[in-house]
This record gives sequence, structure tokens and C-alpha cells, in this order.
Amino acid sequence: MKINLKVTADFDLDGKIMPRAIEWEDGRVFAIDRVFDVRRAASLKAGGVGMRYICRICGRTVALFNDENKWFMEGKEN
Amino acid sequence: MRSILHVDMNNFYASVECLYNPEIRNFPVAVAGDPLNRHGIILAKNMIAKKLGVATGEAIWEAKLKAPGLVLVPPDYKKYLRFSRMAREIYYEYSDQVEAFGLDENWIDLTYSLKYLHSDPVSIANTIRERVKEELGVTVSVGVSFNKIFAKLGSDMKKPDATTEIPYEHFREIVWPLPVSDLLYVGKATARKLELIAVNTIGDLARMDVAILKRRLGKWGEILWLFANGMDTSPVRKISESEQIKSIGNGTTCPRDLKTEQDVRLVFTVLAESVAARLRDCCVKCQGVQIYLRDNDLFTISRQKKMEFPCCTSAPILETAMELFRQHYRWHKPLRSVSLSAIYLVTANKHVQLSLFDDTAEQLLVQEQIEKTIDMLRYRFGHNAIMRASALLDKKLTGFNPKEDHTIHPYSYFR
Repeated sequence: MKINLKVTADFDLDGKIMPRAIEWEDGRVFAIDRVFDVRRAASLKAGGVGMRYICRICGRTVALFNDENKWFMEGKEN
Repeated sequence: MRSILHVDMNNFYASVECLYNPEIRNFPVAVAGDPLNRHGIILAKNMIAKKLGVATGEAIWEAKLKAPGLVLVPPDYKKYLRFSRMAREIYYEYSDQVEAFGLDENWIDLTYSLKYLHSDPVSIANTIRERVKEELGVTVSVGVSFNKIFAKLGSDMKKPDATTEIPYEHFREIVWPLPVSDLLYVGKATARKLELIAVNTIGDLARMDVAILKRRLGKWGEILWLFANGMDTSPVRKISESEQIKSIGNGTTCPRDLKTEQDVRLVFTVLAESVAARLRDCCVKCQGVQIYLRDNDLFTISRQKKMEFPCCTSAPILETAMELFRQHYRWHKPLRSVSLSAIYLVTANKHVQLSLFDDTAEQLLVQEQIEKTIDMLRYRFGHNAIMRASALLDKKLTGFNPKEDHTIHPYSYFR
């Protein structure tokens, strides 16, 4: 399952993108405490590819994907 | 001895669609054109559909007979072009000699990079396989060998997601039992010619007297003999070198059969405009035109003709095409699809000799300016910002944009 998200990110002088906060569907904004890993990866669960940022949000480790600047997360099966 | 990889993305279009759409993955899936526009053929199928017998190039109705629950997905070339580019970017990390063969196949020459990579070709092949799976979510088959032809044979042998090595010491045992039609550049026509001289396997071809092959197949006879004996020396092109374009063409299967000369002229107008615009984009001019005509029994003829002046504008290309058409088609059947190609290409910066006696060459220059202006308008405001009045005579026939909507047939479509 793919969950599309609004993301606030910083672009540095070299063009590198670093996500800073995500906005959930109910409007709540969560800050990203830390980004552990950045690499290109595919998400079979969500069905997409792009830069994968493994982040800590609210104490939980989460994978955030940037697919041509559309951000998504893997969701649990319903 | 060289080390060459051939990397082939498995079931390319279908794999990309199945990646983006997890719900369809467990069904037979095929990427196919739009049957309402009479483009309904299978462009790619996934493994499940393949096992049920669905084949690339067949009609949708034929495929549905074999796989009743077949999920059809329309092609999205932007996605495939992007995946193709992303895959090549992975390959570029291993060599500067990466040569594309269509969207989903590439040769990589590792010979000069091996010492920097501190690894062997098979391990690199497996690393590349893992990386494509991990980073792009699709699988590839890799062939490892000492020349391009065997590397490609290798990648065809185990599918999906596998590495096959064809080393110099064992190529005869591995390659020679295979049917000769498996060899690159041996299509149906060549296979038939070889069958007539009892050449059915690659081994038969390799052991055949090369003089007989040269007599029967001309230059290709010797080339194919060299291929079969592992003596192909063709280099893997560097990333920066692009293939020299030999012709630029566009064709279409029309939404309805063409029955009059005006029908043909309208469709040729759209095709000629697209071909001319592409000639200008590539900074080349053509000195000949080739047309293909396919009637509604699917019988095809092709004719070509040289032109007086090299040109890159649509009017002379259109007129030459119409001349060829009138000369060679007798209207025994309505036409189903037509194609127009600009051939004998020359670079566009050649100076044009203006004649004192007629102003044809000068008119061509003026026409060129007009069409370059049209290019600019279309670039800024879209293809339909400006169109020929004649196109309005039958919008259904002329309402296609070959330059932007072009369909890229996967190489396997032609096998």
C-alpha cells in the first residue's frame, strides 16, 4: 500500500534534498528527528522507486521515498 | 581476451507496470496498445502471462484466449524511458563502454575496468543484478562472455533474474547446439536460407565452409560465420558516442482503411511533417524517401526514390512520397498502414549551391525557415498550435502526432 505525503524538505547548495517534516492526511505535522540512510531503492510493497530516506519520526523508524519529487511511505496491508 | 556483459531487463514494460501496481502482480499482465485505434497488440507480458502462452506481438484477442483473466495496461513510455535511464546509470558505474540495444538491453565492456573494480565479471554481473533488483525493483538476466554476440546469447538463456557465463574454453559445448535463429541478426529470412544448406544450429554454421556462406548470404555470410566461431570483434560503444543515424521514419496504422489518394496524402502529410521536424532536430538532411504500404490483407510493399536536392522540409518529402505511391500502387486493396522514411542522410551544414537558372534551392531555404518557425511555435505552444488546413479535411485520420506519441517497439516484437 502506498501512502502519499506532503513533505517539507531542504535543498542544499549542491541540490541534495533532505526531508525535514511530513504532513499526515489529517493535517498533523511531524518533524523528522534524524535521517539515517539515503540511497536509491525500490519499494515493492508500495509500488514505486526513488530515493529512500530511512528516518526517525516520533521515535519510530520509517522509510520515506522520493519518486520524482512525489513522496510516499509504505503502508500496512488492510 | 575481453570481458563483456549483456544485461537484459526481463519482460521490461510489464515488469515496470507490475512494480508500480502491486494489486495486479499475481495476475497475468500484458502491456498493450489501444484496440480502439487498431493498435491492439501485446507489447510485453509478465511471467504468469508468458507461462500461459501469451506472446509479444500477437493481437489482444489472441492473448485473451490463452489467458482469460488477462490484465491489460496501456503503455507509458515516459516511465520506461526513465527506468531505462536509471538502469544505465547503474551500469555506468562499472565502465565507460555501455552500449544500449533498445530500451531494455545494454552491453557493458568490463575489460579495462576489471583492475579498478577488484572483481571478476561474473561477480560484477551478480552485483548488477542485485542492485537493479534493490534500486529499481525489476529483474535482469545477464550474459557474460568474451564478445557481444555470445554475451547476448547468454542473457537469453536463463530468465528471469539469472547470470549465464559463456567462457572461451566451453563456448562450443554451450553455444553450438543452439538453433541458428538464436544468433543475433539471424531473422526468419536468413534462417530459411541457412536451412536450405542444412545449417540448423549455430554449430552447423560454425563448421560450414565460409566460402559457401559468402556465396549464399554475401557479406553477412562471413560475418555470421565469425559470430558462430566466437570471433566477433565489434567494440562496445562508449557512453558518449551515439549511433550514426541512417534513416528517420514514421509510420502509422490508421484508425480506418485508406481508400483514396487524398486519404493517403493526408496521412503522408502528417508523417512527412514529423519526419522533417526530426531531421531538423538531428541537424541532418535527406536525399531519398522510402515508403511502406500495407494493405488490409497485411501484404506489404516498400519503394524508395532519390531526390534532387538534400532537404529537411516536409513539402519535397511529401511530394516524393506521393510520386512513389502513384507510381507503384494500383489500389487492389484498401490500405491499412503506411510508413514514410527519410533515407540517404547527410549533415545539414553543407552549403547549398544556388542555381542561376531556377530558384528551387532558394525556395527550399525559404521553406526551411518557415518550418523552423513552425517547430518553435509547436515547441512553445504545443503540437496543435498550428496545423495545415488540409488536416481539417479528415481530423480522425490526421489526428495523431507521431513525433511525440511514438511507440517504441521492444526488440522482441520483431523476432
